[in-house]
Amino acid sequence: MILSIILKKIKQSIIDLLPIILVIAFFQIFVLKQPLPQMGEVLFGGLLVVAGLTLFIQGLEMGLFPIGESMAHALARKGSLFWLLCFAFALGFSTTVAEPALIAVALEAAEIAGKGGLIDQGKESLSQYAFGLRISVAFSVGLAILIGVMRIIRGWPIHYLIIGGYVVVMLMTIIAPKEIIGIAYDAGGVTTSTITVPLVAALGVGLASSIRGRSPLVDGFGLIAFASLLPMIFVMGYGLIIF
Amino acid sequence: MEFIYDFSKILLATIKDVLPIIILIIGFQLLVLRQPIPHLRRLIVGGIYVVIGLALFLAGLEKALFPLGNIMATQLSDPAFIYGTGEVAEHADWKAYGWVYLFAAMIGFATTIAEPSLIAVAFKAGEVSAGTIKQWGLRITVAIGVAFGISLGTFRIVTGTPLYLYILVGYMIVIVQTIFAPKNIIALAYDSGGVTTSTVTVPLVAALGLGLSATVPGRNPALDGFGLIAFASLFPIIAVMGYAQLMQWVTHRKIKFMGEKNAL
Repeated sequence: MILSIILKKIKQSIIDLLPIILVIAFFQIFVLKQPLPQMGEVLFGGLLVVAGLTLFIQGLEMGLFPIGESMAHALARKGSLFWLLCFAFALGFSTTVAEPALIAVALEAAEIAGKGGLIDQGKESLSQYAFGLRISVAFSVGLAILIGVMRIIRGWPIHYLIIGGYVVVMLMTIIAPKEIIGIAYDAGGVTTSTITVPLVAALGVGLASSIRGRSPLVDGFGLIAFASLLPMIFVMGYGLIIF
Repeated sequence: MEFIYDFSKILLATIKDVLPIIILIIGFQLLVLRQPIPHLRRLIVGGIYVVIGLALFLAGLEKALFPLGNIMATQLSDPAFIYGTGEVAEHADWKAYGWVYLFAAMIGFATTIAEPSLIAVAFKAGEVSAGTIKQWGLRITVAIGVAFGISLGTFRIVTGTPLYLYILVGYMIVIVQTIFAPKNIIALAYDSGGVTTSTVTVPLVAALGLGLSATVPGRNPALDGFGLIAFASLFPIIAVMGYAQLMQWVTHRKIKFMGEKNAL
């Protein structure tokens, strides 16, 4: 019984990964026509990926989704807007500030800015720049989740906020220094990590379903969209102020 | 032995990732909510699954997929492969890069299907829409968006056209679509732009971008290597709203058609 459930979940993970396997096999066999290097390593890694994905999805349903929703319900029941917004901001800020992908992008950005002569090439000035960038991205994600939660509570229509945000991004793209634009766009992508996304999605849906008059589908989603939009604005703003 | 060392390093990094969330939740439970958490044991077990699962997933990717993806990206963008041996092109001929565009599209599609964040969001969307949004429907639509986006992104790197032009046009399309798309899909469409660029897609796509901009004549990795991720998060939004619009149009037509039939 339990075994058949586990087998079913593993099968699901294999289906999820099948396209990657097919693409790689196709290109190796028909286009590049070269044998796979280190076949054993690759197979072993593939097994790990299947096992990992299966466990992760199981844990998602057991742990991450329920905790996100129960926090949302508990905070909504408490009825304190202040604490709810505090939680939203802290969730966005704390999960972003230590994000490895962000740290990597920030360092890279500092190097590019240093080479371009925009900031001092010294080590201290570079790490200061990278740290400032990280803090501004983390702050912007915290603010993004806060605004997103505010929107769910008040029932503001999402398209005005997002379109407004995009217009700001477009305007800032025109005036921001060229070196920062690529990094700013990428910063929007790296802020939403694999653990944050399910938690934030559960928070939004939980909140929307515990407030009367809100639909989980229309109002519950959108938090992640804010979390990838605001960092772009903040990074370009940071570029404008620093340079 | 080496593997155990690598794995524990990744496990530690994942735990570090989760730590702020745990502290935040415990802090709020103890200081603000002051209530016991329901099903605590199940949550803890689930949390452990998530951490170990993600660490295994990442370790496996690093062992199998990333080296392979890197090698393939380098081989495919190698001028010797593209122009045939002996010939060194002065200028990039965008027509010669057909395999690269195809690889970009297919790898974008495949990695998006495997993306854990997207699986999570699709799961939630299926749950709250009471099944009107199909998990696989959403995932495949998003994956098609990513495939098109990354393919266009590699075309941009090959031709060297400025990034912001594409992005500005893309945003214009998104804004126009937002006005006409069914209102209940909009938030989800925007979210699917953010979730595509995560664990699996970013490293592979970044490798492709950097490899390509290093080998295409006249491109500079520092300037042209970026931006593929931006494409990968813009086009899924267009794809999801487009799919919803198409469905709406088809249903409208059907209703209209039935109406005409009944009138006859």
